[in-house]
Amino acid sequence: MKNKYSIFSLIKNAFSNHENWQRAWRDPEPKKEYDAVIVGGGGHGLATAYYLAKKHNLTNIAVVEKGWIGGGNTGRNTTIIRSNYLWDASAGLYDHALKIWEGLSQELNYNVMFSQRGVMNLAHNLQDVRDLKRRTHANRLNGIDAVWLETDEVKKFCPIINTSQDIRYPVLGGTLQKRAGTARHDAVAWGYARGADEMGVDIIQNCEVKGIKRNGDTVEGLETTKGFIKTKKIGVVAAGHSSVIANMAGLKLPLESKPLQALVSEPVKPIIDTVVMSNAVHAYVSQSDKGELVIGAGTDSYVSYTQKGSFNIVEETLKAILELYPIFSRMKMLRQWGGIVDICPDASPIISKTSIKGLYFNCGWGTGGFKATPGSGDLFAHTIANDEPHKLNAAFNINRFVSGDLVDEHGAAAVAH
Amino acid sequence: MFLINCPYCGERDQSEFVSGGEAHIARPKQPTELNDDQWAEYLFMRKNIKGIQFERWNHAHGCRKWFNVARDTSNDKIEIIYKMGEQPPKL
Repeated sequence: MKNKYSIFSLIKNAFSNHENWQRAWRDPEPKKEYDAVIVGGGGHGLATAYYLAKKHNLTNIAVVEKGWIGGGNTGRNTTIIRSNYLWDASAGLYDHALKIWEGLSQELNYNVMFSQRGVMNLAHNLQDVRDLKRRTHANRLNGIDAVWLETDEVKKFCPIINTSQDIRYPVLGGTLQKRAGTARHDAVAWGYARGADEMGVDIIQNCEVKGIKRNGDTVEGLETTKGFIKTKKIGVVAAGHSSVIANMAGLKLPLESKPLQALVSEPVKPIIDTVVMSNAVHAYVSQSDKGELVIGAGTDSYVSYTQKGSFNIVEETLKAILELYPIFSRMKMLRQWGGIVDICPDASPIISKTSIKGLYFNCGWGTGGFKATPGSGDLFAHTIANDEPHKLNAAFNINRFVSGDLVDEHGAAAVAH
Repeated sequence: MFLINCPYCGERDQSEFVSGGEAHIARPKQPTELNDDQWAEYLFMRKNIKGIQFERWNHAHGCRKWFNVARDTSNDKIEIIYKMGEQPPKL
């Protein structure tokens, strides 16, 4: 049983110089066999393990991670959470996640610093205005809070935006989802890891999957750098490396993996208390609790597994940021990095069974997977435990690329690709 | 971020080029005879290799010609560049 985190435990541990905190999760060696193994120890994978144990009583399971938990896209994203997607299927999926976010810190007894500071999406041309208004209406029909703001209301909500009509791409209005916001990305991985570990889930780091053993159309186990692990169910949540794992099982996925970049500035005093995103000029910005501006840039146009990205992509984004926020012109950028995002042709994820029995994939989140972490884990756990999708992820099966029933969310995905 | 040696213009920055994705995916000869699975395979399924991948690139901000590239996607190192219509080299 884990000790409960509270103000009292904080005070108590302060008296012993914080040297006696209980370990948040174990560091076990893999057992020979598990009921299920999750490949990928990011937020989605750890959430999947957590809900498998909590809701489906599957506790003899493991999460295998080639690096350290939360070291991939979970620790590399810009931490934005929202659910204002266009289609009914997406609205159901992303709002399911948002509802879990609202109680997540309490559920996990781990402060994920979820902050509903609002997310504003700007319109810069007439087509943007039409598309965003349409999306606002669609959101409201689906019970998702969304409002349209005229230019003066945008300025009132975020005074540092340059709403002059003389700039190259003037602000013609925007949408606002007030329940949206940000969370502390690392804490999400750590909170789920701690919760899953408490229920008996083995979290095995530095354990890379090297092969998938099949007997005909059924999985038998995993070859890893820590030996063979026997299991009947494998849930792959490997983000940018999903295709690499799929190829081991002889499958092909409709994915392309590309570098997506982000950067943070030096920390400054509070200046922007919301998240502002702009599709057309590709600039989005928020401020972390440490005071850094968190800026999201775009994807490269080519497939690459290098976690870097090209300089011209960052340059484009910063040009747009400077035009929209002249106040940032003297800011210095501290760090820049890239993560490998797996992009589906319709910019929607895959949470699905496959043609191989016992092999499940949760991938294709592209540039916007962080926001869905709790919902994705919950629904993927349901899919693995029951060998059937939940009604909220039924539309996100892999067969939609055969049937043609795509969920086109290119408009609502904040990164153009 | 890397340089690409365009077979027509010479070495230029990658930002002058546009990636056309995986190469050597032939358009079906008899499209009307394909079933849904075969269409999905042709349209959507990609190898998305980590390692040496054969790709099409277009010098969009230069000569606008297409060509093929064998590139290691794990480090962005270009192995060989060859023209459209040529078979992929053995590496």
